[in-house]
Amino acid sequence: MELFVFICAAVMVLLGALGVILRSNPVHAALSLVLTLFGVAVLFVAQEAHFLAAVQVIVYAGAIVVLFLFVIMLLGVDKAEDIKTEPLTAQRPLALVLGVGVFAVLAAAIVTSTESVVRRGEGLSVTNVEDPDANIRQIARSIFGDYVFAFEVVSILLLVAVVGTVLLTRRQRREAVVSK
Amino acid sequence: MIAAAEPTTTWYLLLSALLFVIGMVGVMIRRNPLVMFMCIELMLNAVNLSFVSLAPRVANIDGQTAVFFVLVVAAAEVVVGLGIIVSIMRGRTHATVDDVAELKG
Repeated sequence: MELFVFICAAVMVLLGALGVILRSNPVHAALSLVLTLFGVAVLFVAQEAHFLAAVQVIVYAGAIVVLFLFVIMLLGVDKAEDIKTEPLTAQRPLALVLGVGVFAVLAAAIVTSTESVVRRGEGLSVTNVEDPDANIRQIARSIFGDYVFAFEVVSILLLVAVVGTVLLTRRQRREAVVSK
Repeated sequence: MIAAAEPTTTWYLLLSALLFVIGMVGVMIRRNPLVMFMCIELMLNAVNLSFVSLAPRVANIDGQTAVFFVLVVAAAEVVVGLGIIVSIMRGRTHATVDDVAELKG
């Protein structure tokens, strides 16, 4: 059963990822990204990371992809672009070769090293019927306990990002308004 | 039905490596800045997946906490990045990263 879930989610993830890089229309690419993100959320659930699966769907699929679609519509680039022509002729073969090479290195590292991973924690709380929020409680204890300083810094980062984006995208008013 | 083969951590890590490589190739072969941004999101998701896969293995919740922070930083990064893209590409019909070369002073 777990294998079935893994295979289905892996197919979703890979099809979506290939869709992102192969579809010529940016809107289709964004929708393929949603497929990948949902597949990753399913894999999170399969790995007992229920809180992160929910956050993945809400933040990524709900906010980030919608933001992408907004920008695509705003810029009016929602037409199929020409992805056949490539200004740098050698780039695509080189990219493929590099991709295969990086995957080979990563796969070799993974296959040789996963057996040597050592257990060094007190274990993950597994969510079950008696304790439906075990994962959320454990992750909350980690975020608001051990990593509370990082959490506060991240909130400042979000505020700075929002203010910075408003400044970046504001249309320049005439200087006259200021000089009057 | 094959005798219940459980997907091991290695399978999840190989899947995330594959996802990362697809995102990396995407950044290199696409010219649209928005699609390149989506490929960066693919790579971030691949790393998140490997964090989550290793968390039960090392019996530690810290990997999932790291994923939470990666999600927040990714949201901030997308907001700023899309803001920059909008302010550069506004009023252009073809959005490609090659146009950005015109910005050089």
